[in-house]
Amino acid sequence: MTDVVDTGTALGRPIKRKEDARLLHGQTNWTDNIQLPGTVHMAILRSPFAHAKITHLDVSGALAMPNVVAAFGAAELGDLNSSVPCVWPVTDDMVAPDFPALAKDTVHHVGDCVAVVLATDAVSAVDALEAMSVDYEPLQAVVNMESAISPGSTLVHEDKGTNTCYVYNLGGGYDEKVKEADVVVKRRFINQRLIPAFMEPRSVVAAPMGMSDEITMWTSTQIPHILRLLIALVTGIPENNLRVIAPDVGGGFGGKLQIYREEILVAQLARKLGRPVKWTETRSEDMVATHHGRDQIQDIEIAAKSDGTLVGLKVDLKANMGAYLQIITPGVPLLGMFMYPGIYKMDAYDFQCTGVFTNTTPTDAYRGAGRPESTYAIERIMDELAAELGMEPMELRRKNWIKHEEFPYTTIAGLTYDTGNYELATARALELFDYEGLRTEQKSRRDSGDRVQLGIGISTFTEMCGLAPSRTLGALKYVAGGWEHCTVRVLPTGKVEVITGTSPHGQGHETAWSQIASSILGIPVEDIEVVHSDTGRAPYGMDTYGSRSLAVGGQAIKAASERLVDKARVIAAHQLECSPEDLDYVNGVFQVKGDPEKAQPLGAVAFEAFTAHNLPDGVEPTLSAEATIDPQDFSYPHGTHLAAMEVDTETGKVTLRKYVCVDDVGVQVNPMIVEGQVHGGVAQGIAQALYEGASYDEDGQPQNANLSTYLIPSAPDLPSFITDTTCTPSTTNPLGTKGVGEAGAIASTPAIMNGIVDAIRHLGVNDVLMPATPMTVWKTIQAAKGGK
Amino acid sequence: MIPVAFDYKKASSVQDALAALAAGGEDAKLMGGGQSLLPVLRLRLNAPSVVVDCSSIPEIKGIKDEGGKIVIGAGTTHHAVMNDPAVKSSLKVLADATASVADPQIRHRGTLGGALAHSDPRADQPPVALALDAEFTIAGATGQRTVAAADFFQGPFETAVGPDEILVSVAFPKLDGWGGHYEKFNRAAQAWSIVGVAATVRMEGGKIAEARIGLTNVGGTPHRASAVEQALVGASSIAEIEAASMHASDGLSPFADEDADVEYRLHLARVLTARSVAKAAGIS
Amino acid sequence: MQHIKVTVDGTTYHKEVEPRTLLVHFLREDLGRVGTVVGCDTSNCGACTVLVDAVSVKSCSMLAVQADGSEITTIQGVSDGNDWHPVQSAFKECHGLQCGYCTPGMVMSSIDLLNENPNPTEAEIREGLEGNLCRCTGYHNIVKSVQRAAELMEGAKS
Repeated sequence: MTDVVDTGTALGRPIKRKEDARLLHGQTNWTDNIQLPGTVHMAILRSPFAHAKITHLDVSGALAMPNVVAAFGAAELGDLNSSVPCVWPVTDDMVAPDFPALAKDTVHHVGDCVAVVLATDAVSAVDALEAMSVDYEPLQAVVNMESAISPGSTLVHEDKGTNTCYVYNLGGGYDEKVKEADVVVKRRFINQRLIPAFMEPRSVVAAPMGMSDEITMWTSTQIPHILRLLIALVTGIPENNLRVIAPDVGGGFGGKLQIYREEILVAQLARKLGRPVKWTETRSEDMVATHHGRDQIQDIEIAAKSDGTLVGLKVDLKANMGAYLQIITPGVPLLGMFMYPGIYKMDAYDFQCTGVFTNTTPTDAYRGAGRPESTYAIERIMDELAAELGMEPMELRRKNWIKHEEFPYTTIAGLTYDTGNYELATARALELFDYEGLRTEQKSRRDSGDRVQLGIGISTFTEMCGLAPSRTLGALKYVAGGWEHCTVRVLPTGKVEVITGTSPHGQGHETAWSQIASSILGIPVEDIEVVHSDTGRAPYGMDTYGSRSLAVGGQAIKAASERLVDKARVIAAHQLECSPEDLDYVNGVFQVKGDPEKAQPLGAVAFEAFTAHNLPDGVEPTLSAEATIDPQDFSYPHGTHLAAMEVDTETGKVTLRKYVCVDDVGVQVNPMIVEGQVHGGVAQGIAQALYEGASYDEDGQPQNANLSTYLIPSAPDLPSFITDTTCTPSTTNPLGTKGVGEAGAIASTPAIMNGIVDAIRHLGVNDVLMPATPMTVWKTIQAAKGGK
Repeated sequence: MIPVAFDYKKASSVQDALAALAAGGEDAKLMGGGQSLLPVLRLRLNAPSVVVDCSSIPEIKGIKDEGGKIVIGAGTTHHAVMNDPAVKSSLKVLADATASVADPQIRHRGTLGGALAHSDPRADQPPVALALDAEFTIAGATGQRTVAAADFFQGPFETAVGPDEILVSVAFPKLDGWGGHYEKFNRAAQAWSIVGVAATVRMEGGKIAEARIGLTNVGGTPHRASAVEQALVGASSIAEIEAASMHASDGLSPFADEDADVEYRLHLARVLTARSVAKAAGIS
Repeated sequence: MQHIKVTVDGTTYHKEVEPRTLLVHFLREDLGRVGTVVGCDTSNCGACTVLVDAVSVKSCSMLAVQADGSEITTIQGVSDGNDWHPVQSAFKECHGLQCGYCTPGMVMSSIDLLNENPNPTEAEIREGLEGNLCRCTGYHNIVKSVQRAAELMEGAKS
């Protein structure tokens, strides 16, 4: 027994969050709270047209308005009008239109930036916008993806000669294999456009401050490290003169995984004007200028034997890029590409994706990014196949899923799932749900012709998390790695700094990362400070998205903490005049084996390392250690989600009566935080199924451009959830963790929609469009009745 | 966003408000609780020259039980209306409809008179006022006049209140012993009614003796379902209520929007009328 | 500009404001009370909720001039310094917040809800928080937090 560490003090406990004190007392540091002396406020003139030529722009009127310092159109901005970058050219021949921060002569979507004005207060800046003179010549807008790629379509970008961004293929062999099938089911699913609608609107402040030539930029982002690099690359601000800080960030859900044109403009103008520049979006701006998510047409075909054994799957995807490519716009559908086969075994899989430009707000990552779409398609079509075969939908899944003894299992899409136990999670979910009881009630409601019909929705999902092995990302042409960094420092006072490259915005990293470090260092959670989201204090990192922070970042914390103990052990042994092997490390104290009175706590070791008066030869002063970890593979959380859906067949109104989910996210660091992540994810997935959808009219005018028309569910719209977990530790990282940020959002949408279809399938319904509004459901029932 | 600049006048009396309106000219805007107006101003969809704030006029606040009727000052908040004992006992349908308006914060500021005078075609209280034959007292330069509910609602966002007038109070005949229900049908808790039905009925010997029905969001103004009211007399079963409610769509020409096309709205009018009446009558 | 006198979290301020200044902007920009935040421009999200003369109000839907003579309590005034109001304690205990942006409004609405109904059912809590949007929690733990706060406040009384 060498290292006895009471990990029970921290790891796996539902410790209350450190973050909460400041958040609950209004002592939070949101970017919009930052008010530096001499700040000028930026306001943006945005295009009211989806597609138009700017025939005239004169910003001089704004300059005559009170308190205005400067105003710029593309012409005035000149070389400072940097373009927004895309870091994921998915194919060699991908079409990438120029995306200047201020539109040069043509606007391509409602909300496109045309000009900016800067004034000494925000009100004056907004007032001055109205003094600008601008004329547009409206052009025909391209909104519908299928029209966009049909011959002769108006072009979103005339100079590119096409509205097709790329065509990507994977797999092959389905057409041959399908000959062995007895049953083929085809469906077209529509994964509608969603808006992230994080609660904190975006905000950016950039200021020349700190050391000479340094620009400090505070921004409401998920990715301060990536942003620093990209801002440096596109603006020419030397990277070593740029410090990016993401202070408290109010949600992201992928929507703040971005380098936005407004961030580029604020950085450039702070440099040009030599004073702090600030911009905070209104919610109405957010709804048209923050990237959107989803928006795919999914043509999917599944083939099976008559006993239900799957033969193959074919997916033809059209993915709406919007008007421009942002940071990973083209790659989002490809993150889903690997997950269409889900948890099922099959012999063939063909995938094709066509990326399409339209005159709409650009799309990009939104909670799950590609995987909710693929999970929706496979889980929906499994229900359709079950109906076609006359099989119980859970039975069909059970017949085809990877059995727990078959892990690790390489899927037809080429991924190797390390661990999982679908049987266990499903059994627990069925028990919590009273599956049999609800099936009985469903039958009796059907038999009696009840006005309110009951349906059971199933989703047995998996996802790939922990983005990602750098080599894999490279093979996919993503221009960055997937590693994560941590430095652990014990300060001379014994306090610990865990410096992480992850960048939380609600996930509770300050608490959970302290728990990981505490479990190894034996130092109380309260004495550990997690330093993050500031490229000045935490210089290395790949930030927070794709459920990667724990699965990748957690490994780095563990490795750095262990290395620190190793170094401290050498110093302690020198102080205690024994060999390092003769020391036990118990709850933060080195003790000589067999003589626990002879001991030195970690803090004392740190002080020795600081004074350096008596260090062993060859040991450098200061007590810190670092680790940069590239994950060996993805992790694969999974779970079984069940929804009991009531459908009022007379009005089409749908009610979620009961929701049960059992998730396997591997080892949990803080089960309270895990459960919270599941709740929020499930709610967002339900919102896609029932409430949310961003649409455009044929002129490209957004129909849901504020929160009174884009309906986010509020508390009365949702029930309490019944949640539980199972645990098969991941083998791709030493903590055994998998990731949980996106799980709920990926799983719940198909569970809800399968439940709705199941409730009214006997009326002749085999699909319902999302969001399943009362009218949509009622019309679907009417059409099915009419079709009989 | 930030509203366009305007002048502000806090009125201390009805006379004060009328004078400010007259002085402000055609771009002057009355504000009750401001819960509809301020979002409009923030989005810069409207730019008044002067906002005349009526939220602090004592004489238009409060609820008076005047024997046969309950008189509610136009400046009385939704929160006060829905919690008033007299309203709850004698005008249950008004209390129910008011409790369904927006959310607690908005009901603390928003006023009954403001909502009725704003006359949003989707609003929940106008059909109640119409069904209950409320009487509106309107003040102008030449004194006060009263207008029947049937004449008050003139179009979307258009009422009998003239640009130089102010709504003072609304009198509702008491319906002691009547059953009432407001059936709100919306997509999500924060959404407007797709269709809403205010129903109030007087029962005699297990049968409906009298009924009053008002619908919202089935046209530019609230709709009084007179044909249903007549057909309901004598009804004592769900089937009879449903049959009578088929008339709820008589004479309607609703608009189509994202939530409902014409066919679906007409369907909802019928179905929800039956449900609202059944609940008001206590028949299931 | 108009002169107003308001008491915010115990401090009385005399200020000149433009009539169009929304109460929330007055609190944040004129007084530096940045605990109260702005989340939308259509009065939907409720993040800006404060108590005006002891009842909950969306401070984005009220003009600063209308607050003349009022007493306002924000999230920064519900407890002193390092103290915790029972609603704040309950939100921490029940993990009723994640990113925390809706939290000031949620806490203020919850305080108002419990003032009016000290022992609400789950349905009453959900209805009572209808005017506050949260994007992180799915409301599950917010509901639990309010239930827990009701217990704490009941316990404090006896």
